[in-house]
Amino acid sequence: MTAIRVVLPAHLRNLAGVRGEVCVDVAGPLTQRAVLDAVEARFPVLGGTIRDRRTGRRRAFIRFYACEQDLSNEPPDAPLPEPVAAAIAAGAEPFLVVGAMAGG
Amino acid sequence: MTRVRVLAGTRKGAFLLTSDGKRDTWSVSGPHFGGWEVYHMKGSPADPDRLYASQNTGWFGQLIQRSDDGGETWQPVGNDFGYAGGDPGTHLWYDGTPRPWEFKRIWHLEPSPADPDVVYAGAEDAALFKSVDGGVTWRELTGLRLQESAPGWQPGAGGLCVHTIILQEPRMFVAISAAGTFRSDDGGETWRPVNRGLRSQGIPDSDAEVGHCVHHVEANPARPDTLFMQKHWDVMRSDDGGLSWTEVSGNLPTDFGFPIAVHPHEPETVYVVPITSDSLHYPPDGRLRVWRSRSGGYEWEELSAGLPERDCYVNVYRDAMAVDALDSCGVYFGTTGGQVYCSADAGDSWAPIVRDLPAVLSVEVQVLP
Repeated sequence: MTAIRVVLPAHLRNLAGVRGEVCVDVAGPLTQRAVLDAVEARFPVLGGTIRDRRTGRRRAFIRFYACEQDLSNEPPDAPLPEPVAAAIAAGAEPFLVVGAMAGG
Repeated sequence: MTRVRVLAGTRKGAFLLTSDGKRDTWSVSGPHFGGWEVYHMKGSPADPDRLYASQNTGWFGQLIQRSDDGGETWQPVGNDFGYAGGDPGTHLWYDGTPRPWEFKRIWHLEPSPADPDVVYAGAEDAALFKSVDGGVTWRELTGLRLQESAPGWQPGAGGLCVHTIILQEPRMFVAISAAGTFRSDDGGETWRPVNRGLRSQGIPDSDAEVGHCVHHVEANPARPDTLFMQKHWDVMRSDDGGLSWTEVSGNLPTDFGFPIAVHPHEPETVYVVPITSDSLHYPPDGRLRVWRSRSGGYEWEELSAGLPERDCYVNVYRDAMAVDALDSCGVYFGTTGGQVYCSADAGDSWAPIVRDLPAVLSVEVQVLP
């Protein structure tokens, strides 16, 4: 198990009833899907809010960032790229779930 | 002492407005689910403390919230609105090409009159869901989406949505923009279109069996065969359970609009909010008016006391009008400008409950013992 820091957007923190970062345990290789599975396992209320329930795909206005890199379009089952994975696994950087900016 | 609770869903959260039976002094609770669109909120007739709310954003999708204590606290329940049966098939897209059914949001929640755990949900893309466990799990009543005309349904500008659900168990009605009105006589298992008499200039065959942009339908429970409809244009009535419709726009200044409401004790008394046109979604001449008919739609009277006389360019959405069941009937509506108006005398006079909410998407009302 790898303990991962995850930052959720404000609306999802409210929904999950948490403040600040959350910590989830990820089993196996560090992939986008493994991180999100762990988040949804700990907070079932977030099911369907980050990924489409049917397709499992990232919702259109959700982004995934870490170490100043956009991981949103990485294949969900591909290991997170280095050195991002190492920094996340070490707890040095969080995995960010971000609501896309809306302006205008 | 009798209390009244108004449930206002808005573009940025839900608000609960409460008063005593006089309905002249109000307290406001909210926003609940701040920042989320709340398309609809409704209480169970069987347990007024059981409330359901449809909560949605483009970012995070659909949630259903439930309260068991009259809105003091809420809990998210089930949001798995999957179309049953694998391949959901297609409807028509705006360009006339087939488009797979895709769930977007819940427009309307209709709790059962008898069981607080039973609730129906009207979806975009058009489908009907039912929960028998207080919203924890949902099952699609596939007969509607599989109705033989469904592959030809096309969305209106607001989307292909089930926005009206009328329960007369086992009979049910739903209305879909822009497909029309549909009736089931077997609890939602099978459906047929009931649109004979509707005429819509915006479709190639103006009196087609389906394709009409029905905006809202209401019925007085004491007279279930009589339905009143606000269509895109035209106010209509049916006296045979939807099998045929007659236009009753009468002397309305314009028969375009969105909501329609029926008096709870006078089945021939009907309320609409005329809107200038399909391209000008605000009241004629900047004067916000409710029009009331006491003759089932054949003659209409303008209700203006307490409503804006000038410079008012708001809209009133299809689910944003409601009536209460007190002896002196209360009528309520919410505007895109964030006002919720109340009339405690069946429409004779009006006063705002609140003025500055986010755009109001829906209004429902409960009378509490």
